Amino acid sequence: MDWSAFSVSLRLAAFTCLFLLPLGIWWGRVLATAQFRGKGLCEALIALPLVLPPTVLGFYLLQQFGRDAPLGGAWAALTGGGLNFTFSGILLASLIANLPFAIQPIQRAFEHVPANLREAAWCSGLSPWQTLWRIELPLVWPGILSAAALTFAHTLGEFGVILLVGGAIDGETRTLSIAIYDRVQAFDEQGAASMSALLLVISLATLGLVYGLAGKRRWSRG
Amino acid sequence: MGSLASAGGHVDDLIVTAQQAGPIPLNASFRCAPGELLALVGPSGSGKTTLLRTIAGLYQPQRGQVSCAGATWFLAQGGQRLSLTPQQRQIGMVFQDYALFPHLTALQNVQLAMGHLPRAKRLEQAVQWLTKVRLEGLEARYPSELSGGQRQRVALARALAREPQALLLDEPFSAVDQVTRRRLQRELAMLRQQISIPIILVTHDLEEATALADQICVLHNGVSLQQGTPEALFRQPASPLVARLLDRHNVFSGEVVETDAGRRLQWGEWLLEVSEGIAQCEVGESLAWYLPPSDIVLHRRGRPSQGERENPVAATVSEMVVLGGMTSISLRVSHGDMLRFDIATHAAKRNQLSLGERVHVSLLAEGIHLMPAQRTQTASHNKRNLL
Repeated sequence: MDWSAFSVSLRLAAFTCLFLLPLGIWWGRVLATAQFRGKGLCEALIALPLVLPPTVLGFYLLQQFGRDAPLGGAWAALTGGGLNFTFSGILLASLIANLPFAIQPIQRAFEHVPANLREAAWCSGLSPWQTLWRIELPLVWPGILSAAALTFAHTLGEFGVILLVGGAIDGETRTLSIAIYDRVQAFDEQGAASMSALLLVISLATLGLVYGLAGKRRWSRG
Repeated sequence: MGSLASAGGHVDDLIVTAQQAGPIPLNASFRCAPGELLALVGPSGSGKTTLLRTIAGLYQPQRGQVSCAGATWFLAQGGQRLSLTPQQRQIGMVFQDYALFPHLTALQNVQLAMGHLPRAKRLEQAVQWLTKVRLEGLEARYPSELSGGQRQRVALARALAREPQALLLDEPFSAVDQVTRRRLQRELAMLRQQISIPIILVTHDLEEATALADQICVLHNGVSLQQGTPEALFRQPASPLVARLLDRHNVFSGEVVETDAGRRLQWGEWLLEVSEGIAQCEVGESLAWYLPPSDIVLHRRGRPSQGERENPVAATVSEMVVLGGMTSISLRVSHGDMLRFDIATHAAKRNQLSLGERVHVSLLAEGIHLMPAQRTQTASHNKRNLL
């Protein structure tokens, strides 16, 4: 068992969730409630990582992360470090690769909140913030939870993008799924099996938790 | 605005004017005094709900004004533009599907609208409101655990809990069955005695409007055609269009003629005496006129009836529809127009009315309401000037 890889995976998944969920709530709500030009294009770009081969996404990110590219250059100017083959690099890649998993469930949840609930809240004297906090968020909570679970589980299993952008530097960019690949390459089936089982259990537990919680709300019955 | 205020209203009234060419055309003005219930009626697409949303601050027309209890909530006129948010307007609104918060109990739904009260007082007040709408014991239920009628009551309690300056009801009885609707209407009528704020009721149900409203405003394609008491509207619709929207029959056209006995209304072969309004009409003028069905008196066979000498008209029974205790009778007069009125079914039987039979009726001169085209136009012209 490669505990260092396990720790990198967990950190990556946790930070991805932490950064993406507020963004997911914000964009998910905007996409669900607002009409604007280019909305379709916006939604298509967000969904793109779903269908794009991870190696293709990884390849483009690798190019963009180089110090000669605008993004990599800006990052270097800002932090003094590079993006390729660093934890920051795979985190940024993971944020992009997980956009659809974080935004789409939340967007769907906001779409199911009737518009007149918002209006009823305003007419009851609630400010837009209070309306978001006390009416909308409790109603879209299952969507946020499944976005979190999907993002978390998907990040744990991400392979192609991470490998291209991060390589497999121990303690920095080697995640559990890459460690499994390395063990299989090294004919260490025992090590690969235990790590695979761990990922399977974590993924199943995460999803089980989400679906279990979603069915527990008394008010949504009937 | 001065002209509206001088039209018998008070500065405390809820005053609404709204004008725009599109996307939803509006040219409406109405007012509602504290304690009064004004029903906005009209077919779907007539702008009723848009006007209600304008009052609530959920919609902003291009031009217009909304003021209530002396405060201006919305003003868009000339260069002036002001619009308070729905939160600032202090309105209580009951939405068509109630829009209860599904994740909150009945009590929490009501408490949420009490932001103006100190936290400690809210619980007690919310319980009181729920008791007022007869929901004691159901405080802990979620909306999904309540019946349609109970949900409507929670919505009403939530709207009133805000201690609003105006109560807005958007078709509040449309989502419940007939029996519940009757009961809720009765409860609303009783609740009204305890609150003295303007109440606006949007409905397409004329019967409901007649039963509940002090004033009715008839809307069509965003234009307010006439506002008045139900009685006034049903007896004196401003135009044939208003009569049609109010589901009134007995709208005909006639011509003003001068006879030896005075000015008369010529209708086919008949010369009708008219109590009011004919002196102002020009001889030779063609106009629409209306007669409430209650002012058509069927002559009894072989026995003189009250008012028998008033505008007697002979006609043929062309339709008889029994609707329980009442029978709807259609009579065809010689030039083809149809008079329609209701009589008690037993009276129809006693008179041995049957299809194709020749009968005599009196058209009471007091009931004949003239609707000269010119005056109808003037009325709408005046309304434009008000804005």
